[in-house]
Amino acid sequence: MTGTGVEGIVGRVVVSRTDFTLDVDVEVRPGEVVAVLGPNGAGKSTLLRAVCGLTPLTLGSLTLGGVVVDDPARDVLVASSERGVGLVFQDYRLFPHLSVLDNVAFGPRSAGRSRSQSRADAVAWVERLRLTALVDRRPHELSGGQSQRVALARALASSPTALLLDEPTAALDATTRLDVRRDLRDHLHQFAGPTLLVTHDPLDALVLADRIVVLEHGTTTQSGLALDIARRPATPYVATLLGLNLIRGRAHDGDVTVDGGGMLHVADRTLAGDVLVAVRPAAISLHTAQPEGSARNVWPGVVDGVEPLGDRVRLTVTGAPTVLVDVTAGAVAELEVRPGDAVWLSAKATELEVYPG
Amino acid sequence: MTRRDRSSAAPPWPVALPAALSLLFLGLPLLALLIKAPWGRLWSILTSPTSLQALRLSLETASAATVLAFIVGVPLAWVLARAEFPGRRLARALVTVPLVLPPVVGGIALLLAFGRRGIVGQYLDSCCGITLPFTTAGVVVAEAFVAMPFLVITVEGALRGLDTRFEDAAATLGASRLGVFRRVTLPLILPSLAAGGVLTFARALGEFGATITFAGNLPGVTQTLPLAVYVGLEGDPSEAVALSLVLLAVSVIVLVALRDKWLRAGAAS
Repeated sequence: MTGTGVEGIVGRVVVSRTDFTLDVDVEVRPGEVVAVLGPNGAGKSTLLRAVCGLTPLTLGSLTLGGVVVDDPARDVLVASSERGVGLVFQDYRLFPHLSVLDNVAFGPRSAGRSRSQSRADAVAWVERLRLTALVDRRPHELSGGQSQRVALARALASSPTALLLDEPTAALDATTRLDVRRDLRDHLHQFAGPTLLVTHDPLDALVLADRIVVLEHGTTTQSGLALDIARRPATPYVATLLGLNLIRGRAHDGDVTVDGGGMLHVADRTLAGDVLVAVRPAAISLHTAQPEGSARNVWPGVVDGVEPLGDRVRLTVTGAPTVLVDVTAGAVAELEVRPGDAVWLSAKATELEVYPG
Repeated sequence: MTRRDRSSAAPPWPVALPAALSLLFLGLPLLALLIKAPWGRLWSILTSPTSLQALRLSLETASAATVLAFIVGVPLAWVLARAEFPGRRLARALVTVPLVLPPVVGGIALLLAFGRRGIVGQYLDSCCGITLPFTTAGVVVAEAFVAMPFLVITVEGALRGLDTRFEDAAATLGASRLGVFRRVTLPLILPSLAAGGVLTFARALGEFGATITFAGNLPGVTQTLPLAVYVGLEGDPSEAVALSLVLLAVSVIVLVALRDKWLRAGAAS
């Protein structure tokens, strides 16, 4: 092991398989929570396995808490059990033959502490995560949310230098997911080391993380502060996740010529060249006749799809550009729009978020 | 008559008749054993010094053989299931040989290996004064040779079927490989360890051919229960039947102990 003085999780992770290559730069500082957001098959789980030592790197190198743990060029590979990384698995993987308390005590026991000392350590974590009432239960007697807290307690009790979470809310039902997410946010921000979580749920990333790295097809397509990514997605994948329209075009003096046809007027006159325009579906208005008004962007289109979305209705309107439009259910009834109808759309220039792309 | 009724009706007689005959064939001998058992003298026969001696020797040697099988068989099962090495297929085939080999041949093979003039036995004899043939230790060796494959194969199957997810989780929590094996792997395959142990014990208890060939038939030293049954048949047949009942009882107990593992699997399909 070689000390480098670099804290946190730092490195370039390259894992090659016959049909897939993951190549991503990772940097998570102590106390920081970074979410890797990506679709299934993007390489998220492979990244986690590489960081915790269950999958060796093909290329690159990885430093954990100032120690090089994987560097194929220098033939360095520190085993999982020596890395001190706490991993909360998507399926929790609580040991079925052990009680909640003994699951949590597993890490301290593995570190060489006595049985009673390990249990005492476990009790402290169990209390912190409000699991005291469950200590004697077996994993199969726990709910999803409880299992997740036990898995987190077990990972934290091993005094990890870094914490990893794999799809922390994916195995939960929708109602408990909100509570668990809020709860998890508090616990993650109390952890002093670096936290890396992977998820395909944008809410996990937005709520839990300080920074987001978007991973698609094994590479990073966007990274930045959670808020920036939510406002200015760089790829259709992120825009779709966040429910935003993403329009690509070329800007000149406040006019954006849309790739594939159409023209949008935006508030920012300084941008020039390739840009992306993000606009919320609810910020686009629907009309049955050409509107007279202050909106600077008005264009015709044809309703292609009508899909209920909670208390609203989401329309796909083909035009230049083609966009998603959210209207209230009442408005749909009033305007009597059906697939195939010709409509007019309008959007204020101030509602269009435009940025280099 | 609907199609569903037809399919659930009795099988046609060319199937039903042989099936019934085979059930009879399997059941009748056991029934005969129960009918002809000397129920009145049973207790006195079983508590006679020769019976008690054979019974005790059988329990002791079968237990020792089972313990021996655990000590060397479980690591072998782990290696066969998890390790990559050249000749692994050959090693696995080797483990199954005693299952299909006639026990008498096993006994002869043991003699040629560990007998006084055997390829290993001659050195055991000359250097350390260890003699296995015709000793109680020889009985244990013969029983372990025949019975250990049951444990190895059962445990190896369990290890192969075991999800490595829990072992991965244990590794991330800092457990060494030995720690993972001891604290996660073994507890998770406990049912299979128990099943393999019961099978091994039952097979060791019933061992006859390899034992009589390798260890002989000395009362109190190498004469186990099956050997006593064989001898009894020449002298006092009712004694043989009484001792057979003990072995039958053990078989029934084993069947009951394993019913969850085997019979349920058949019923579920």
